[in-house]
Amino acid sequence: MPRAGSGEAVSIRKREWESAVSVSVKARPRVGLFVTCLVDLFRPTVGFAAISLLEKAGCEVSVPESQTCCGQPTFNSGDFRDSRDIAANVIAAFEEFDYVVAPSGSCAGMIREHYPELFEDDPAMAHRAQHLAKRTYELTSFLVDVMGLEKTGAAFDGTVTYHDSCSGLRELEVKTQPRKLLNKVDGLKITELPGAEICCGFGGTFCVKYPEISDKMVTQKAEEIVATGADHLLAGDLGCLLNMGGKLKRLGAPTKVRHVAEVLAGMTDGPAIGEGEN
Amino acid sequence: MQATSHSFKQNAHDALADAQLQKALSKMRPGFQQKRADVVAKLPEFEDLRDRGRDIKNHVLEHLDYYLERFEENVTRHGGKVHWCRNAEEARRTIMEICRSVDAKTVTKGKSMVAEEIGLNEYLEEHGVEPIETDLGEYIIQLRNEPPSHIIAPAIHVNKEQVVEAFRAKHTDLPPNRPLEEVGDITDEARTQLRPKYFAADVGITGANFLIAETGSTVIVTNEGNGDLTQTLAKAHVVVASLEKIVPTLEDASSILRLLARSATGQEFSVYTTFSSGPRRGADLDGPEEFHVVLLDNGRSAMLGTEYQEMLRCIRCSACMNHCPVYAAVGGHAYGWVYPGPMGAVLTPSLIGIDEAGHLPNASTFCGRCEQVCPMRIPLPKMMRHYRAKEYREGKTTPQVRTGLGLWSYFAKRPWLYRQSAKFGAALLGFLGGRKGRIATLPLASGWTSVRDMPAPEGRTFQQLYRMSGHGKKGDRA
Repeated sequence: MPRAGSGEAVSIRKREWESAVSVSVKARPRVGLFVTCLVDLFRPTVGFAAISLLEKAGCEVSVPESQTCCGQPTFNSGDFRDSRDIAANVIAAFEEFDYVVAPSGSCAGMIREHYPELFEDDPAMAHRAQHLAKRTYELTSFLVDVMGLEKTGAAFDGTVTYHDSCSGLRELEVKTQPRKLLNKVDGLKITELPGAEICCGFGGTFCVKYPEISDKMVTQKAEEIVATGADHLLAGDLGCLLNMGGKLKRLGAPTKVRHVAEVLAGMTDGPAIGEGEN
Repeated sequence: MQATSHSFKQNAHDALADAQLQKALSKMRPGFQQKRADVVAKLPEFEDLRDRGRDIKNHVLEHLDYYLERFEENVTRHGGKVHWCRNAEEARRTIMEICRSVDAKTVTKGKSMVAEEIGLNEYLEEHGVEPIETDLGEYIIQLRNEPPSHIIAPAIHVNKEQVVEAFRAKHTDLPPNRPLEEVGDITDEARTQLRPKYFAADVGITGANFLIAETGSTVIVTNEGNGDLTQTLAKAHVVVASLEKIVPTLEDASSILRLLARSATGQEFSVYTTFSSGPRRGADLDGPEEFHVVLLDNGRSAMLGTEYQEMLRCIRCSACMNHCPVYAAVGGHAYGWVYPGPMGAVLTPSLIGIDEAGHLPNASTFCGRCEQVCPMRIPLPKMMRHYRAKEYREGKTTPQVRTGLGLWSYFAKRPWLYRQSAKFGAALLGFLGGRKGRIATLPLASGWTSVRDMPAPEGRTFQQLYRMSGHGKKGDRA
């Protein structure tokens, strides 16, 4: 329970950071790209797409080599000590930047919403964690909400449907931003997915701890995706995409699966997720 | 009630294979979810009301002793009696003593989850008193001899044919060939069966949605009016309620009532909202002669001052389970105790321990929809995570998960080693994916590949490609 008065102290501190942030932002903001472990391992194209989009929006992008994972797997499994160590590594790696941007609402949500909470009992680290949290964004929300990007200049010939990944949607309010940019992609048509805000059943370790329940959830999701008639499924989080893509492939569905950044950056020449070489 | 939460996985497996149950569960989205969304959209101050509800309950939980004592004073002033019960056994015995004191043969019951929690029906039967459930859903599952699967729609897992089957099997005094095809036939028959029971009952037992400290009133909401008949016609009215149901004032109860039905059934208000303030007074035309409140703790006061205190704000609306994709997949019985869904995933381990209920806070994707719709803004995922942390601290996390996490964090804390192994992993999985670009079976990840393919990596890690494209360690600008 927060004590009376502490709320005020927090908001004063918040204002200090906000002014600190705005003072240090130059004409070309320096962005540290948090690649995310899944993009690093499974889908480097998304990382390059993110760099391209951020540069197009006028940012100077760097990719700290010492980054690994945001710590969410350990955090959500209740291993707070290792999570703190991993978080401390991220904080150190990204402290120098004006902004941290991740092509994932889940990882950005982890840094933004949960890092400060992890260090509740460590004021010095909590301060650094909050400092970082304030400047951390999911890719599409950063492009639209912070950089004011209107269009990316990409073209795409096809119909897409969009799944709103849970953490981005509910922790960071990512909903309109990807659609706003997709609507400006030449040739692209969006068909909305019924139940787009319902979890796909990924849930990090959930999908391997409770595979049968996860299967039920992702099967329903896959059926609804196919029923839209869209030829592509897009989303902003690779974990969900691997889950839904893996299920669509298992069911033999023709739907192609891509991260939204690939389409927005016009990087759709390579195979889609779970597809082989043509 | 005998818990089977420890076999959640098996329960879930059975539930997923139950075609009839799956059909019943598929109606949640167009039902509860759509109705709530529609009614909330019509009330601009809904979000403000949620803040108000949260603040009222937070205040009450900080001063619980004060308000409970005020409540008791006011109940006593009106001629009623409050019985303080530490656990289920004390509550059962207290209720049984009241039944004995009026020489009760039968008791009618309004729907009460606390009565389920203390296993009241079984206890009454063992002691020669017949309990009769009067809520239609509860009546159906009583005939079927099974526990509720939902906190406000106890028979949501049952279809019409099963209801007819139960009625034909148990209402043996009626002609076997009577028509029961229409819903109207079924409800008429239930009404005809129940009506004389209300008059015959010696004791009427209800739960309470609220206890109001300033007036000593208890409040129930129903859609069938069965609660009113239960409590008005019997000789003694027994309210069985857990202590966190207390609110300071009538005004506070009214504020939260505006949230309750909207969050629960998508109604602006329930059909009946009934306030009970003591037994029949001199000039009253009807009402019970005795008024008892059995106030149950059963582990709740131990939650105060812990990371689970906020759970005590819960008003049992069921919005969390109505919007939970895990509940929608497996239904309420899989959770193995009285309270299913996200609220059960926090409350059950709090009340019966994580050794029994450890699965429940783990069986969540943390999608956050429960917290998004909770009228009392209870941070349910956060509290489930606290239970996972408790399990981890106490070495109760499964060995596989623990080993997996240990390995992951070992690498995640060593960036150089991490990069090398990521390179290796990307190459290996990319190779396994081959020309198809996906992997159908992977022995160490069978939890994944048993139900879906694993899309293969592109072959090299991002960091590898990024450095190869001329972004050196020092000048790592893009």
